[in-house]
Amino acid sequence: MSSTTVNDTGSTPRERPPLLVAGPVAWMRANLFNSWLSSAVTLALLYLIITSVLRFIDWALINAVWSVPKNPQGIVDATACRDIKGSGACWAVISDKYRFILFGRYPFEEQWRAALCIVLFVGLFVVSAMRRFWRQELAYIWIGTLTLIGILMWGGILGLDYVPNDTWGGLPMTLILATFGLAFAFPLAVFVALGRRSTGMPAVRILCVVYIELVRGVPLISVLFMASVMFPLFMPAGINPDKLLRAQIGIILFGAAYLAEVIRGGLQALSKGQYEAADALGLTYWQKMRLIVLPQALRMVIPPMVNNFIGSFKDTSLVLIIGIFDLLTSAKVALAEPAWQGYSTEVYIVLAAIYFVFCYSMSRYSRGLEAEFSRSARR
Amino acid sequence: MSGATADPRMNSRKPPSRGLSLSWSDPRFRSIVWQVLIVGGVAAIIWYLVANTARNLEVRRIATGFAFFDRVAGIPIGEHMIDYDPAIHSYGRAMWIGVLNTMKVSVVAIVLASIIGTLVGIARLSKNWLLARLAAIYVETIRDIPLLLQLFFWYTLVQGLPAPRQAFKPVAGVFLSNRGIKVPMLEWETAHWWAFAAFIVGWIGTAAWARVARKRQEATGIRPKVWPAGLALMIAFPVVVWAALGAPFVLEMPALRGFNFVGGFTLSPEYGALTIGLTLYSASYIAEIVRSGILSVPNGQWEAAGALGLRPGTVLSQIVLPQALRVIIPPMTSVYLSIAKNSSLAVAIGYQDVVSIANTILNQTGQAVEGIAAIMAVYLTISLSISLFMNWYNARIALVER
Repeated sequence: MSSTTVNDTGSTPRERPPLLVAGPVAWMRANLFNSWLSSAVTLALLYLIITSVLRFIDWALINAVWSVPKNPQGIVDATACRDIKGSGACWAVISDKYRFILFGRYPFEEQWRAALCIVLFVGLFVVSAMRRFWRQELAYIWIGTLTLIGILMWGGILGLDYVPNDTWGGLPMTLILATFGLAFAFPLAVFVALGRRSTGMPAVRILCVVYIELVRGVPLISVLFMASVMFPLFMPAGINPDKLLRAQIGIILFGAAYLAEVIRGGLQALSKGQYEAADALGLTYWQKMRLIVLPQALRMVIPPMVNNFIGSFKDTSLVLIIGIFDLLTSAKVALAEPAWQGYSTEVYIVLAAIYFVFCYSMSRYSRGLEAEFSRSARR
Repeated sequence: MSGATADPRMNSRKPPSRGLSLSWSDPRFRSIVWQVLIVGGVAAIIWYLVANTARNLEVRRIATGFAFFDRVAGIPIGEHMIDYDPAIHSYGRAMWIGVLNTMKVSVVAIVLASIIGTLVGIARLSKNWLLARLAAIYVETIRDIPLLLQLFFWYTLVQGLPAPRQAFKPVAGVFLSNRGIKVPMLEWETAHWWAFAAFIVGWIGTAAWARVARKRQEATGIRPKVWPAGLALMIAFPVVVWAALGAPFVLEMPALRGFNFVGGFTLSPEYGALTIGLTLYSASYIAEIVRSGILSVPNGQWEAAGALGLRPGTVLSQIVLPQALRVIIPPMTSVYLSIAKNSSLAVAIGYQDVVSIANTILNQTGQAVEGIAAIMAVYLTISLSISLFMNWYNARIALVER
């Protein structure tokens, strides 16, 4: 009572300090504790996150075994891992098998070539992502890089030892299936998309529609089975394309149908005036497409094309089912080794991280590009 | 100028009706030539492949045709929804079991993924920062890891459960072990069929009453309550029917006998892993669709609904979601289609879906062409049915414009 009267010198009562409107406390009040329900959710989630993160750190870092001894015969002694099973991670499986998981059965001394191919692939992706390369030269860059990758992987010339492709495996294989798949599917997809849009040629349009809808209606596995089982029957006697080529063709034919739909979206989104202007200039059909329509339409669909590529990058893991040695297959084979049976969680986490790094960076890129496109379209 | 002839300008306006000239400069002629060439080329390639196949089949002495569907299968199948004995039943029946298994996993995954995806999509827009971030992390992580890898992960996890003797018992009668999930099963009797029929009748009745209620709301502005009628017709009525028929209720409890369980209803580890993996993977896609659908509803709708004094839950369910649905349904259709197609990954973890069984059949009979044709026919049928249903639903909820 007395304190208030003493401070109350003037006629106006003393104002309470303003509510916090900025700073971490205000932010937390607005975003974490803005109602009793929200506060309860925050507390429950915090409890869950903290306990599970602590348990994960315990398992993955504190109790983990990072390497195990190897006897002179090259046989690992995984007793240390067996002792901590359940309470700690056994990263020794990675440190022991990482070369095999990454490169499969590629000859050990030649694995620098496969590693170089991974670098080339990443470089190719980075170059393709840069806008200054979005021109016709990009096609030559792709052709050149893919040829170089083929030479590096196969060898047989330039003093490189020949490595048959049934020993390829691991990450290069995943990248090959996805990237070569895209490179060959792309021209096919452009023609199919144009065919589906063509008004003057109903027979061709029907052909393209049937192809697209048939492929999109069935799962990739059935296409891969077809490639691995039925393909040899299709060929004349004596000709038997190897397993990798058959799977690659299956992936190309499958991917082209999806890619064609993406490209068709771009062809449709292009304003009609562009088509009419090209016609008015007296350009032939192919001139119109090559000079006016496709450069604009393809640019527009780069973000969905990147998403499409992410999908097929993940989908290449399905080749495991027909016995092709991609990243996932080589990991499964590494896990089949007696010493490492039962440590699949560790291996799967590493694989997931590899796939995640590739896919997440591509999807961030595509989203950024999309935002940029829609900004410039609105301007 | 005689009066008989019409205005000469009319004649000149008519486009010149030339016949098809056999000249390269006539676009119609060109297009016909191109079409003949392209279709002919494709037909020639197909004919060539078919001829090769026929010759190869003859050389390898592989039979053709679908007659093998009537032969005794001899394939052991772990999970079957209809009676099956490998020694008696045919390949055709085995194939049909595969189709049912595919549908069993797809339908359950579609329903669960829709529920989880919608919740996560709404959570991503939550005002609670932590909840929104967590939902975003879930979506971003799950989408960027191949489904097959996730399935292997879940399968290992399910297999890592303790043996039947040490099974987890979260609730009495439920056992979690590496042999799968065991739950008590109701012994099905005629009374249950009648109760089920009563439920269907009640459902139709409720739908009819909801229509009446909507009509009355449009006419008078007062909406009669629907939920009491629904409760009475769909819950109380079947219960009364069931009670009137003697209220039979016998639960068959799973029990440990020796090294495994007997009795009860089993969800196999393979089915469990496939359903969990497929659901969580697809839910991340659905969450993004739901989120963008909700964002597509203009802010004014939220504000106007708030100004009318509706509570936030009502705003979401009565104002925003019905409008968002129009944006959500078309991409949702393609997620449902991919769930059905992705269920074929079952073959990698040993769940016997249609691809897995057809693959076994074609390995046994050597009739690859027929086996793969059957797989494709099944999936085309499933895809087409989902598309038709979703198109019908989309047309139903589409904005009716005057």
